[in-house]
Amino acid sequence: MAEMAVTKPKKKAVQTSAWKRIHPNVMVLISLIVGVVFWALISLIPTVGNIVSNPWTIMKTFVDELTSGRLGANIFASIFRVLSGFLLGLVVAIPVAFLMAWYRPVRGLIEPWIQFFRTVPPIALIPLVIVAFGVGEGAKISVIFVATFLVMVISIYQGVRNVDPTLIKAARVLGATDKDIFLEVVVPAAFPYILVGVRLGLASAWTTLVAAELTGASKGLGNMIMEAGLYFRMDIIILGIIIIGIIGFAMDKGVLYLERRLTGWQELRKS
Amino acid sequence: MAGTAQILTPAPAATGVPKIQISGLQKVYAGRQGDVVALQNVNLSIEPNEFVCVVGPSGCGKSTLLNIIAGLEDATSGTVQVDGKDVTGPGKERGVVFQQYALFPWKTVIQNVEFGLKLKGMNKKERREKAEFYLELVGLKDFAHAYPKELSGGMRQRVAIARAYAVQPEVLLMDEPFGALDAQTRAQLQEELLATWQKEQKTCFFITHDVEEAVILAQKVIIMSARPGRVKEIVNVDIPYPRNQETKLLDRFSEIKNEIWAKVYKEYLEVKK
Ligand SMILES: Nc1ncnc2c1ncn2[C@@H]1O[C@H](COP(=O)(O)OP(=O)(O)OP(=O)(O)O)[C@@H](O)[C@H]1O
Ligand SMILES: [Mg+2]
Repeated sequence: MAEMAVTKPKKKAVQTSAWKRIHPNVMVLISLIVGVVFWALISLIPTVGNIVSNPWTIMKTFVDELTSGRLGANIFASIFRVLSGFLLGLVVAIPVAFLMAWYRPVRGLIEPWIQFFRTVPPIALIPLVIVAFGVGEGAKISVIFVATFLVMVISIYQGVRNVDPTLIKAARVLGATDKDIFLEVVVPAAFPYILVGVRLGLASAWTTLVAAELTGASKGLGNMIMEAGLYFRMDIIILGIIIIGIIGFAMDKGVLYLERRLTGWQELRKS
Repeated sequence: MAGTAQILTPAPAATGVPKIQISGLQKVYAGRQGDVVALQNVNLSIEPNEFVCVVGPSGCGKSTLLNIIAGLEDATSGTVQVDGKDVTGPGKERGVVFQQYALFPWKTVIQNVEFGLKLKGMNKKERREKAEFYLELVGLKDFAHAYPKELSGGMRQRVAIARAYAVQPEVLLMDEPFGALDAQTRAQLQEELLATWQKEQKTCFFITHDVEEAVILAQKVIIMSARPGRVKEIVNVDIPYPRNQETKLLDRFSEIKNEIWAKVYKEYLEVKK
């Protein structure tokens, strides 16, 4: 590990290149504008335009769907499923991961199964779950639960295993009991990994949800897209895709923000 | 694996129960390329309030010995007693400064120093005051609310020292605590340590690579031999305290330093072979 002197939180190096002086947010804006213009242009090509509706149509569809209340209901249904499945996954993954890392026999019992099921894409479980639970909320939430649990348990487990043993020694010589070591050393040391797990878990929950909804559901963004496909409502399909993307992106950024706020003490920060 | 060598462990003038009594200590690590004998038949007796320094070539088992005294590692055979009682685990009467700082990166500097006091159940106001006092001692009062990642290596080491001092252990086990420091800070902390040692009754077990540092600090310098680690010789430093940087100018100082250096150097050559 490199020994670095005082690293200031804000890097404001003097940069010479004009390109580098542009604020990153400006680049994002430019990129967005270019993207929308490109989209508008290709939608002008007749054959493409049949499939890719132009931005104005999408805007209109967006307003229609929003005012009719259908879009809100679909978004709400999807987010509700994701959060229920995800929270359930997190609540189960944390104790399982800590038990696995802390007790060797528990690890021996559980790890092979987790490693095995991790290689199965959760979407492959959907037909099974539909047979078992039908197509109701329970089925969707169970699939998301399985998907998020598997991702998070591995990440949190690795975090607990990676706790620097000298830190545990340092706590012990200062008089820490096992409970102190758990709460004051293991949990904070593993916390960044828990957040990484949360981020991976949310991403996995979101993609699994949409796949599950595509296979049949009442309400939900995936369902909205599937039904629109039956009536060739390309505008709704594209609107659905964009909204799925935006929500997924927002969730990811939200966790990243939390990560930066809560684990700023870390030596290495991913950029 | 290793041959048995003559062990020179002259018995010190014992006054009652020694603070630390090490008898027939052996430590073997099972490695991939066979077993590593880190310590072989180490016998050592450290009196209450005695200051001993340990020198020896890299990899000779100094840190291993310290870890066993601290109760962080089990000996393969032999015993360590503190105050006549067998060491079975870490204890609050033994404070440790680790070779690799071992600061809690999610705690600020002052929270690190307070941690041991918090574990003792001291209230917030009291422990804050105490932590501030020890931070001042190591010259880091201005960095109380910084995180370890914002500090240089030497500054981190000083936080680790303050953290160990703060709980006021009877025995201070220090593993090259001044190794990462610049010459001035090092000299300053050596004098602070000596002053603390003379004021608060403490037994110090101090590992260093620096023979000069060993001679300025210690009453007894323990020279360890190359692997397998044994106590090769114990040299008494008969220079009266209080000592300070001027002590280094004394003839007697250079004499002892050169004597120890020659013996340590022989062990370094042993490692090279
Ligand atoms: N956990 C371990 N597992 C296996 N071997 C170890 C372990 N810890 C130390 N050793 C071996 O024991 C020997 C003594 O190590 P130790 O760290 O005590 O040396 P040291 O005298 O403190 O060296 P240095 O001056 O470089 O810090 C070394 O040869 C090392 O390879
Ligand atoms: Mg060492």
